[in-house]
Amino acid sequence: MIRYALTRLALLLLGLFVASALIFLTLRVLPGDVAQLIAGIDAGPAQVAAIRERLGLGEPLAVQYLSWIGGVFRGDLGQSLLTGAPVAGQLAEKAQVTIPLGLMAMTVALLIALPFGVLSAVRRGRPDGTALSVGAQAVAAVPVVWAGMMLVLVFAVWLGWLPAQGFPRAGWSDPASAIRALLLPAITIGVVEGAMLMRFVRSATLQATGEDFVRTAAAKGLTRTQALIRHGLPTVGLSIITVLGLQVAGIIVGAVVIEQLFSLPGIGRMLVEDVGKRDLLKVQGELLALTGFVLVVGFAVDLVHRLIDPRQREAE
Amino acid sequence: MSRFAWLRRLWALSTGRFGLLVVLTIGVVALVARFWLPFDPQAVDVDGRWALPGWPHLLGTDGAGRDILSLLMAGARTTVWVALGAGLVATVIGVALAALGALTARWLRESVAVLVDILIAFPVLLIAMMISSVWGGSLWVVIVSVGIGFGVNIARVTRPELRRVLHSDFVLAGRAAGLTPFQNLYRHLLPNIAPVLIVQLSWGMAVAVLAEAGLSYLGFGAPLTEPSWGLLLKDLQQYISVHPLSVVWPGLAITITVLGLNLLGDALREATDPTLTRRRTAAQTHTTAVIS
Repeated sequence: MIRYALTRLALLLLGLFVASALIFLTLRVLPGDVAQLIAGIDAGPAQVAAIRERLGLGEPLAVQYLSWIGGVFRGDLGQSLLTGAPVAGQLAEKAQVTIPLGLMAMTVALLIALPFGVLSAVRRGRPDGTALSVGAQAVAAVPVVWAGMMLVLVFAVWLGWLPAQGFPRAGWSDPASAIRALLLPAITIGVVEGAMLMRFVRSATLQATGEDFVRTAAAKGLTRTQALIRHGLPTVGLSIITVLGLQVAGIIVGAVVIEQLFSLPGIGRMLVEDVGKRDLLKVQGELLALTGFVLVVGFAVDLVHRLIDPRQREAE
Repeated sequence: MSRFAWLRRLWALSTGRFGLLVVLTIGVVALVARFWLPFDPQAVDVDGRWALPGWPHLLGTDGAGRDILSLLMAGARTTVWVALGAGLVATVIGVALAALGALTARWLRESVAVLVDILIAFPVLLIAMMISSVWGGSLWVVIVSVGIGFGVNIARVTRPELRRVLHSDFVLAGRAAGLTPFQNLYRHLLPNIAPVLIVQLSWGMAVAVLAEAGLSYLGFGAPLTEPSWGLLLKDLQQYISVHPLSVVWPGLAITITVLGLNLLGDALREATDPTLTRRRTAAQTHTTAVIS
């Protein structure tokens, strides 16, 4: 186990290095003269030189990269070019919207995927099972922004149950309104992600039905459903853990689009704005934080999977 | 068995028929839209604003009196162009990385495989936003970012396939007959991994259609002058409470196209590989789904 964890940790560190190097190269090197790009086309040479000085662009690339990464280790993700505000602080503030949104979306996705996925596998070949898997295919093809619009139409415009847009100014000091504001966005992401996850749960369940130990349990007198529930579902749960990392990436992407649609002051919306304003230094910090998060979750998921799945340990 | 037996098997599957028909329809519509549209999609007609579906505006008009059907048909052109472009870039990147990861010296092969495993964690949308922040958004950004993001996926699936074929007798025979590795790649390896590639391509194009819509909606895809389903969604969003029906059409167009491509990919997989077990299909479809 320790050996596995160390190898996996090395892969994580390598991943973080590759990610940071790619982000750095794309945002610092590809634009050509970053200082000119930041200053704008009509800036005088003195202005450009001042920016170059401030960002340390005269230093060799490796030095620039190391000073950036050194800052990251001290919790400093850089500053906005336009406002000078530290990126880490702003990320922490916006995370108060995005993290609850992501957790709620994940919950919705699991609540949809687990029961319906198992059901569609158990009822395979019957009309209801077929309807469930056709439905999952169709919903998984829906662009998340359109799903959001349709849900707004039904639950905000027609039924008036939930707000169509915005987040309370008071934030989490008014928890009821905050949760109400996040409910529809979370359902939107959760439904689309859940439809994708459901197809995975279905195939994992089908696979479990064919396993020897489930067939043996059925042969010993359990009904097939009992055998599946008692002996099959634990393995389904284990294989779902492996795709949770993927799911997190999907939810982050969903949040970028959905925060825009619902005007939520979260990380995704901030990123969209900063990319639009070409605040390269801030984008650099934000992208590193997001990809780093995805990589770390992937690492944690692999470790947990290894810890709780006895078959993984026996393979050693 | 004729060379086109897989086509008959594809048609025998209901998902294959649906996927093929949808993809052909979108292709034909995009082609027709190149030369003819029922109305000029940019023509403003103040008196004809928000017409309900009927004659002559089959799907109605938007807030500027533009014909929604014409906008959708013109948008299909953009969609098809982005899907084909992204598919091509993804194939080139995917095959190149897979070849590097399968055919070269051991240290290079293993490093490429690790690199692919790392890159696969990058969501396409984040790649697109990274590129947009430097060069601004455009359809090229969509094509390149889906090409990179999905190319890595193709590499991951194609590499083991390449290694499997590499050890088969006909490749050894080719090598013995004096073919260089790249002649061998072209003549023996590529034809044998083609089925896997076509399946991936179909799923990759579905990703491209979703990414184009999402990125155009965010303002990093199609420029405002270009007809695009994602832009149309963005335009109509603010009127959703007053004119809900108009928002339905572009979303439906995207959903049906993506569903068609996804199902075509599933069916192609089943048609080209009859030994396939069901779980593999679903497990691999899932990786294509992370995008928007």
